[in-house]
Amino acid sequence: MAKTSLCDAADQNLQTSLASFFRSMLGQDEISAIMAPMRLPAGDMVMQTLVTNPEQVDQIDPFAPAFPMNAARLVSRLTKRPAGGKVVVVLRPCEIRAHIELVKLKQGSMEDIVIAGIDCAGSFKNTDYKKFAEKDPETSTARFLKGVLSGETRFDGEVDLSAACRACTHMVPNGADLAIGIFGMDIDRQFLVSAETEKGEALFDKLGLKEQDAPGKREETIESLVAVREKFKNEMFEDTRSKTDTPEKLAAYLSGCINCYNCRVACPVCYCRECVFVTDVFDHDPYQYLRWARRKGKIRMPTDTVFYHITRMAHMSLACVGCGQCSNACPNDIPLVELFTATASQTQAAFEYEPGRSLEEEPPLAVFKEDEFAEVVEVKH
Amino acid sequence: MEDFEPTIIAFVCNWCTYTAADLAGTSRQSYPTNVRLIRVMCTGMVDPKYIIKAFLEGADAVLVSGCHPGDCHYINGNYKARRRMKLLKAILPQYGFDEKRLKLTWIGASDGIQFARTIRDMVSEIKELGPNEAKHAAVV
Ligand code: SF4
Ligand code: SF4
Ligand code: FES
Repeated sequence: MAKTSLCDAADQNLQTSLASFFRSMLGQDEISAIMAPMRLPAGDMVMQTLVTNPEQVDQIDPFAPAFPMNAARLVSRLTKRPAGGKVVVVLRPCEIRAHIELVKLKQGSMEDIVIAGIDCAGSFKNTDYKKFAEKDPETSTARFLKGVLSGETRFDGEVDLSAACRACTHMVPNGADLAIGIFGMDIDRQFLVSAETEKGEALFDKLGLKEQDAPGKREETIESLVAVREKFKNEMFEDTRSKTDTPEKLAAYLSGCINCYNCRVACPVCYCRECVFVTDVFDHDPYQYLRWARRKGKIRMPTDTVFYHITRMAHMSLACVGCGQCSNACPNDIPLVELFTATASQTQAAFEYEPGRSLEEEPPLAVFKEDEFAEVVEVKH
Repeated sequence: MEDFEPTIIAFVCNWCTYTAADLAGTSRQSYPTNVRLIRVMCTGMVDPKYIIKAFLEGADAVLVSGCHPGDCHYINGNYKARRRMKLLKAILPQYGFDEKRLKLTWIGASDGIQFARTIRDMVSEIKELGPNEAKHAAVV
């Protein structure tokens, strides 16, 4: 059983209480830094920030509905070689799951980090977050949490929680060392801290947290939220499938794509240094275009668009954590997360693989068994 | 669809199925000309991209054929190929490429007869299924 503690929210302010909670971590000598979403000095943007000075933790705001990028990419930068110090990284559940995948792909490690995962209530697309936060930057996170925890998904009558978040059923931070809970809590009064691993427990003890039980209604709250999300997800999948179930429909779905590859740059699990689609393989000779056009009568320019997307499905759908950063990054508002997660749900089911579930489960394409998948081999006569 | 002649792209392993195809020819086994053989050194080198590209360019079916389990010259290329086929069979049907259009077989070097039969069966099955819809669409 995980050790849990209830931390009081001083002055009914979750944000300042979180700041003092994390500040106390920086007081522990083995913790060199904290990386957490923080309000930037100028403007209302919230971005992952690496802090070493306890005086500068004030602006921490992990529950802000801003999700400019999947921080697994940053954790991978911090951990691919020893950094010479332990860092507490504050992550959303989909960031933890993506990091677990990256570790398995040898793109980072768990060695020198302590993961403080948060209960994730969701986020807006970047452009929507701006609209929402602009109204009143100071209170925007509190306003968001108040609404979202009582079931709202649309705010100010104009911005919706992102599709990825509305369809996400992994709102609790599995894989975290220390979990910061808000579901089922009276967040004006307290938040939950629970030690999920040995590492987490060591820090829990060092911080001198008092062991207290999580409120009983927590499980229930989570279950009912999962049910709502599950329903949304199934409808989203069904809708997406009906829009992409023939090659022509798929091409139409992606017709606005300009091959900028932002979606793959933003994707935490697309980790290749050099994507094949930007290599010489796709740097076609001019005559090649004319040849294609002659054969088919016409070709869409740029070429290779559907090819790129289906190939990405083959390369990374098994590791897709459904974070929605692909959609967030697309300059043409192509509903990518809908498509990727719908496809990923099938490939992941085919290998009974769930990205981020465990560090021990090998990525399906990295291993094989001699005796398996007889059904994909045509039977001999 | 009387006059529909399917195009089948076959990625065949140099060490077994390619030899079998050769054998089928020299032993005068007849099989339809719908198949375009692409010789690869092992099924383990058939990147999913090749298969995806073949379909997007209008191939009506793709065959990947290699050595029997245990016989791969590179020890386990065929097992890796089988996982990739499993993956593609989970992806392509979602976009309307019928699963029947993608086949994996093990055909040993001496199985000329089986090679010819596999191609014949495949051609008639695909004839019944009809052409790949992507053939005429501008989907590259
Ligand atoms: S494909 Fe999209 S949803 Fe899936 S992990 Fe990549 S960015 Fe996140
Ligand atoms: S971000 Fe959008 S436009 Fe750019 S490659 Fe991806 S889908 Fe295409
Ligand atoms: S050598 Fe024939 S399948 Fe590997």
